[in-house]
Amino acid sequence: MLDNLQLLFVWAPVINIQIILEGIFVGAVFALSAYGLALVWGVMNIKNLAQGDFVIMGGYMALALTAADIPLALILLIVITAMFIYGWIVYVVMIRRIIDQDMFVSLLATFGLSLLMQQVMNLIFGPEVRTVDMELPVYDFFDNMVTIPSSKIISLFLAAVIATCVVIFMKKSRTGQAIRATAQDPRAARVLGIDTDRVYAFTFAFNAALCGAAGVLVSIIWVIQPFYGITYSVRSFAIVTAAGLGNLPGVISAAFGIGLFEKYTGIILGTAYEVAAPVSILLLVLIWRQISMRRNRQVVK
Amino acid sequence: MIKSNDVMAYGALGVLGILGPILFPDYTLSIAYLWMMVLMACTWDTLGGQMGYNSLGNITFFGVGMYVSAIVQISFFYDGGVGEYTSAMGSIKPEFTDSEYFLGLFWGILAASVAGLVLSVLFSSFMFGLRGPYFAIGSLGLAIAAAELTITIDYVGGASGISMPLFPGDIEFRSTFFYMLCFGAAVIAHFLLRWLYSTQFGLAINAIRDDEDKAEAMGIPTLVYKRIGWGIAAFFMGGIGAIAGNMAGFIDKEVAYPVPTFGIFMVAMVLLGGKGTLWGPVLGAIIFHVIKETTWTYLLNLQWVALGLILIVNIVYFQQGIMGWLQAKFPERFGIVVDPSTTQVGSRQGGDGQ
Repeated sequence: MLDNLQLLFVWAPVINIQIILEGIFVGAVFALSAYGLALVWGVMNIKNLAQGDFVIMGGYMALALTAADIPLALILLIVITAMFIYGWIVYVVMIRRIIDQDMFVSLLATFGLSLLMQQVMNLIFGPEVRTVDMELPVYDFFDNMVTIPSSKIISLFLAAVIATCVVIFMKKSRTGQAIRATAQDPRAARVLGIDTDRVYAFTFAFNAALCGAAGVLVSIIWVIQPFYGITYSVRSFAIVTAAGLGNLPGVISAAFGIGLFEKYTGIILGTAYEVAAPVSILLLVLIWRQISMRRNRQVVK
Repeated sequence: MIKSNDVMAYGALGVLGILGPILFPDYTLSIAYLWMMVLMACTWDTLGGQMGYNSLGNITFFGVGMYVSAIVQISFFYDGGVGEYTSAMGSIKPEFTDSEYFLGLFWGILAASVAGLVLSVLFSSFMFGLRGPYFAIGSLGLAIAAAELTITIDYVGGASGISMPLFPGDIEFRSTFFYMLCFGAAVIAHFLLRWLYSTQFGLAINAIRDDEDKAEAMGIPTLVYKRIGWGIAAFFMGGIGAIAGNMAGFIDKEVAYPVPTFGIFMVAMVLLGGKGTLWGPVLGAIIFHVIKETTWTYLLNLQWVALGLILIVNIVYFQQGIMGWLQAKFPERFGIVVDPSTTQVGSRQGGDGQ
């Protein structure tokens, strides 16, 4: 561990640039799925533990589509559409029935969904770690100390485009306004003629589509495996718990923070802590939130 | 009426518990796992059902107990110490005499239970400020973090695991012995909890479930009760973890921290049986285990898919569970009795009301 620290700060400080860039690349992907979670959590009070599995499902769709030689932009569109439909179906079959229930019910029901999706993906694609190879050029800087594959730049650019579209959509479009109105006060929204059931269905489907898009990006910059979903769910929860609901700048900065934290723990402590890092940051966020709430004699609920 | 239900249920379970391994000696270990799951479900229900704190991380204590007992059992009589034992990757097979083995096992189980208890007190200092879903997610995080941290510790074998000391005696005696341990632990846990639910403790944790802020305002020291509740669950989970580790014979991350299997099974069993009831967890565990054992092998690779489906269907469409359904359907036979003394009067006066 000390060797790694020395490497980072004494021998080759340039490596820091590499790590920071990596953290930003993965953070952008985390931001997408975390924003989706914040949306369903804030609008319909569903805590979706299957969030990460939506991401992985999007990744596998991208994997299957690249095998058919389809360009990336088209893949993204197809996956977003397919995941949107999938999300809508999930809403109609199960989420609609648990929307007014105790919060633990939504947590456990989506955990069940997560198990189901993991296993189905495991049956279809097998348990191997996979990645999409885009065969794009890799750029080197500082005597090969910093290498940046152009796929990562593309993915960062795409994430920014998607995020901008989402923000504009939520601000300007009629549906976006209806979603925000429902989040503020579902009853008043119903009185004013908004079909809240449709809004809920749309929100959940929209979340699935966002996750799917994140999954496509994950599959080109990182690796996917049927059981990796839970770490994305945990990261999303950590980001949303740290940033709060409906706080997009907060979500984005928390996502980059987690990305950096993970990359640095990976380098300093070794890869054995790769899964422990997002989980421990979730625990740290929860503990930190409790301490700050306790000052006002409140609890995290 | 409640009384006669209980007598019947205890009679049936007692017969199953005692005659089961005698009549079906091939299934002794399977029935042992049944009692283990009954214990897990009952102790989960203390927090999840009776107190309203839905923990997804009780399995942490199971895994920690397993490792603690391994360390105690090995270091007790093997001079080289645990580090040497684990770094030899199972090539060292120390010969324990009978008395050494059983003494080590006894202390191992005890140490595992105490370790669970201590750990739960430690966790409770920073976990009980979380409510509802945050507690569930936080405890799930604890379980995953514990599993990931365990495999980085070389002292307990890291990712390659530890093989437990060999059981002295033949295989039939071995399964009967562990069967008796599991059965005994489940019986002790059940009766302890049954007694506790009938005392002020039961009322206090139910008050916490119904409205924690009001309970606090009424002067109930909620944190103390929550600590005790989780401590009991952790104590038994640690102990059963030690027993399960010895039953399995070899422990690693997958055996010790089965988050997606036992960690979720125990919640699913309680929900199936009906949470917040005395018999719900027992009933749920038995039904779940029987379904699992009879259908699992025929489902090939689809068993996990089936598990996810069971969980979803159970939660989305059948939330109240079997006991909840019975209470709503047959209130005169299964309904909640507020005060036993008034019911006895009531049944004497209106006994033929049925």
